[in-house]
Amino acid sequence: MNELHPTGFDYFVLPFTIGMIFVLLWCLGGAIRIIAELDSEDRKKFFKSLVNPKIMAKNIKEWFCDCLFHVKLWKRNKLLGYMHSSIAFGWFMIILIGHIEVALYIPERLHQPWYPIFFRYFVAVTDSTMKGSFFFFLMDFFLLVVLSGIVLAIIKRAHSRMFGMRRTTRASLTDLIGLYALWFIFPLRLLAEGFTADISGGSFLTQSLNNVLHSFLSDEANILPTWWAYSIALGVFMVILPFSRYMHIPSEILLIPMRNAGVKIRNPRKGISKLQVYSCPACGVCIDACPMSAVKANTRDTTVYLNRQIKRRNERRIAEISEKCLMCGKCTAVCPVGVEGDKLRIAQRSLTRYNLSPDYSTIDENVFIDRLGEKKRILYFAGCMTALTPSIKKALTSVMDKAGDEYTVMDEDGGICCGRPMLMAGRTESARAMIEKNTNIIRSSGATVLLLSCPICYKVFKENYDLEGIEIIHHTEYIDRLIAQGRISPSRSDLSYVYHDPCELGRGCGIYDAPRRVVAAAGTLVEAEKTGKENICCGGSLGSLTLGFDKRKVLTENALKNLTIADPDTIVTACPLCRSTFNRYADRPVLDIAEIVDQATEKK
Amino acid sequence: MNAFGFKLSPSSAINLDKADRSKFDELCSIEPDAVRCMACGSCSATCPASGFSGMSVRKVLLCLQRGKEEEAFKMMSACMLCGKCTMVCPRGINTRHLILSVSRIYNKEEKK
Amino acid sequence: MNEIIVIVGGGIAGMEAASQLIKLGYSPIIIEKSDRLGGHVAKWNRLFPDMTPAKDVVDSLIASCKDANIFLNTEIYSVNRLKDRYNIMLSNGVSISARHILMTTGFKLFEASKKEEYGYGIYNQVVTNADLEHWFNGNADSRMDGSQMGAVGFVHCVGSRDEKARNSQCSKVCCITAIKQAIEMKEKFPDAEIYCFYMDLRLFGKKFEDFYTKAQRDHGIHFIRGRVSEVGENIEGKVIVKAEDTLLGKPIKVTLDLLVLMSGMVCNSENAKVASMLALPNDSDGFFMSTDNIMNINSSPKKGIHYAGACTGPKTVPETLAEARAAALEIHTSIKEQQ
Repeated sequence: MNELHPTGFDYFVLPFTIGMIFVLLWCLGGAIRIIAELDSEDRKKFFKSLVNPKIMAKNIKEWFCDCLFHVKLWKRNKLLGYMHSSIAFGWFMIILIGHIEVALYIPERLHQPWYPIFFRYFVAVTDSTMKGSFFFFLMDFFLLVVLSGIVLAIIKRAHSRMFGMRRTTRASLTDLIGLYALWFIFPLRLLAEGFTADISGGSFLTQSLNNVLHSFLSDEANILPTWWAYSIALGVFMVILPFSRYMHIPSEILLIPMRNAGVKIRNPRKGISKLQVYSCPACGVCIDACPMSAVKANTRDTTVYLNRQIKRRNERRIAEISEKCLMCGKCTAVCPVGVEGDKLRIAQRSLTRYNLSPDYSTIDENVFIDRLGEKKRILYFAGCMTALTPSIKKALTSVMDKAGDEYTVMDEDGGICCGRPMLMAGRTESARAMIEKNTNIIRSSGATVLLLSCPICYKVFKENYDLEGIEIIHHTEYIDRLIAQGRISPSRSDLSYVYHDPCELGRGCGIYDAPRRVVAAAGTLVEAEKTGKENICCGGSLGSLTLGFDKRKVLTENALKNLTIADPDTIVTACPLCRSTFNRYADRPVLDIAEIVDQATEKK
Repeated sequence: MNAFGFKLSPSSAINLDKADRSKFDELCSIEPDAVRCMACGSCSATCPASGFSGMSVRKVLLCLQRGKEEEAFKMMSACMLCGKCTMVCPRGINTRHLILSVSRIYNKEEKK
Repeated sequence: MNEIIVIVGGGIAGMEAASQLIKLGYSPIIIEKSDRLGGHVAKWNRLFPDMTPAKDVVDSLIASCKDANIFLNTEIYSVNRLKDRYNIMLSNGVSISARHILMTTGFKLFEASKKEEYGYGIYNQVVTNADLEHWFNGNADSRMDGSQMGAVGFVHCVGSRDEKARNSQCSKVCCITAIKQAIEMKEKFPDAEIYCFYMDLRLFGKKFEDFYTKAQRDHGIHFIRGRVSEVGENIEGKVIVKAEDTLLGKPIKVTLDLLVLMSGMVCNSENAKVASMLALPNDSDGFFMSTDNIMNINSSPKKGIHYAGACTGPKTVPETLAEARAAALEIHTSIKEQQ
């Protein structure tokens, strides 16, 4: 290759170069700030993780899988996956091969950052070109890949359903500028390289275009303007990037190692919270996932808009969105970049100032301790919600009797709340007081197993209580174990059951299989349309602070429609709140898993 | 004062002329169902804190409407936000959010 | 030939309307889906406030409508409208053509098990008002037979005035029914303490207030203003009821041998099929919508279709009978106008 320009510079590279320097400085500054905002413990954890080979290997794997190949989107929808990975991976390869070309042919220019990008402008083919035809081909090939992605992206704007998305995000102004700049970059590159292909060389795409262009445009004066246009498109994209959703590209690179280091959300706006907000690609996968989206007006309260409002510091909307959420965690489960919509909202809730200082000194846990009676192996905490669905309590105690297990009911005559609702309201300190009181009661009981029939309680006991030496178990796991050990043997009925995964048990605690084994032991298990991790919240969740009773009906009916797709005889769940919510609107029986097992089990 | 074996407690009577309901109106704009309470007592009966602090959403609402804000706050201090009252309310009032809204709108400092 | 009038539902409203229409010279046809006439009232024992045996009321109505054409165990299969006539196909194969249809499809008792926290169907000693009447009628019920009742509780408004149970309306007759049943239980178990848990006592009808006074003064029945929010069970199988004594402002707890749930009157969901065939609109409470709730409670928006009784909302027996007569007269008048 021969250089055409002795300086390796032309003024048209300026828009790109300025844009690139700007974006690099911005990202570097941002990254330093975010790391500085972490509390010292988290920061130490983060730095340590960077030298931990196991975590680093995971980071590298995720950088490739998530940032370049968008594996999670491929799993959601092939077309959607192809669209994203073709642009991301294709672009990455163009940059990479561009640098390789420079390194091979004109290595002294590597220090000029624009050189690999505009390589084809600065060089002319020589006789030895054929050696480079492999790279020419690759460059054209990946350009084609990117262009196909861009075409799909344009189609997606109009026909999102083809990509498995019912609703998409409404773009903000900066998002639109970024979007159009991105759409222009690659066609302009094709055009620019097409004009110079006869000088600088090209392959099937650029060379053919060159032939076409020369058939009616032979004026070489067209070359420079197209390179200018290409550079300007790049520059615009880079300058707008920090202010648009495309900020997710650099943010995700930092988010992946930080997540793998185990950094948790502590502050509503700083550190990893901020990083998550900026990592949001505004893809809108969370819009379809959100159970509230059954009502169109609610789509504006999904995680993607929360992130946007946090970026805009619109406090009124942030509070509104955060308080409305049901905390089902589905947006977190489906998010391709790992934004934790539920935890982010809980953090925002902690910002609301309440003029009330809770005082639990009047609540005397000794009252409950005195009621416990003699020591038994199992301590069963029914919880507030099970108190209102006595059928679950009765069935579960009956199952324990049939299995010959000894137990004490911790809240036979009232109890202290587990603290989870308070935690979900973002009031950690108040929750702590309840947690301490309950811990006292549990420790005093002398039991070695704490049994819960409510997933809301289960999650908080598992995650926020310090009960070392005491096994914390949900009744789905407990019954599953009883069946596995042969201590109860329910007879299989010919009824078909659909199992509804309660949010706090499934997405919250990852328990999906135990309840299904139990249901399958009592009858035929059928699945809902969206199930497991993607199951839809019943709509009764206490996670939402503001959603009124009358607003929830549509959500419940939508969830029921999803559950009854296979027309099961009975809906089975493992949460008292889901049970009573569904029971209100369902056209068929709704039972707790303990009830179907109790009905199917003979007394020994 | 105690000469007759009882003491006058000037605050026990309610004077509606002096009750300031502007904050209650603000509360109603956030939670319009607040006025739909029919005082059935379900919330108080089911409340895990009621036995200890006398917490009763029903009474909190009444106290606020009658200008007895201090009494309302005293009851509310033991609320655990468990949501049982919301579950049992036959009028579908979002009592939990009501409690949060009350503690946000009524500022104790301002009252003094 | 006499004009045929189709009456859908063989409860007291249907029978009373039929007997009036016979007197006016028409040929009513009663279509009843169950195997007997009398509807809910036939299952009741005695009626407030005079303790009239329900059997007497039903028997006299059956006697007075014996000349009507009665199809038991029959449902409407399909309805076609042709000009001003309705062609009705019945499930027994009979087809009828009539210009006037009277809907007396009545109500349904709220399914008490839907109020999960009250434990109906879960706790042995929780029954409904209908169960109690069934027992009063001499049918065996192990929950009451031979038991010693130390304390009995009545929960008013079960499934009524309750948006969570999807019925916001007042069921109207439960207050007085609870008082009636409380008195009857006191008569059967003189040593028992009887508690009525109410939200508001709505005793609007003739002699209802006297009945209430009697319950307080002569029978010593305790009235507690508070809705039951939780029901538990102890080891002996007794039920523990939690409520708030709202008049005192204190939580209240009592252990009972029997808890009676006053299931309210709710719209009859089985009406939906007929209603959709005839395109009859529902009111916000789920009951049929009359053209006017004051002047035209008997008329539907569809020509030739009339209402009587509890299909338009909770009603007492005398109100239902009065409406049945009014509907008969309305049908008569409109036939005369058509001639």
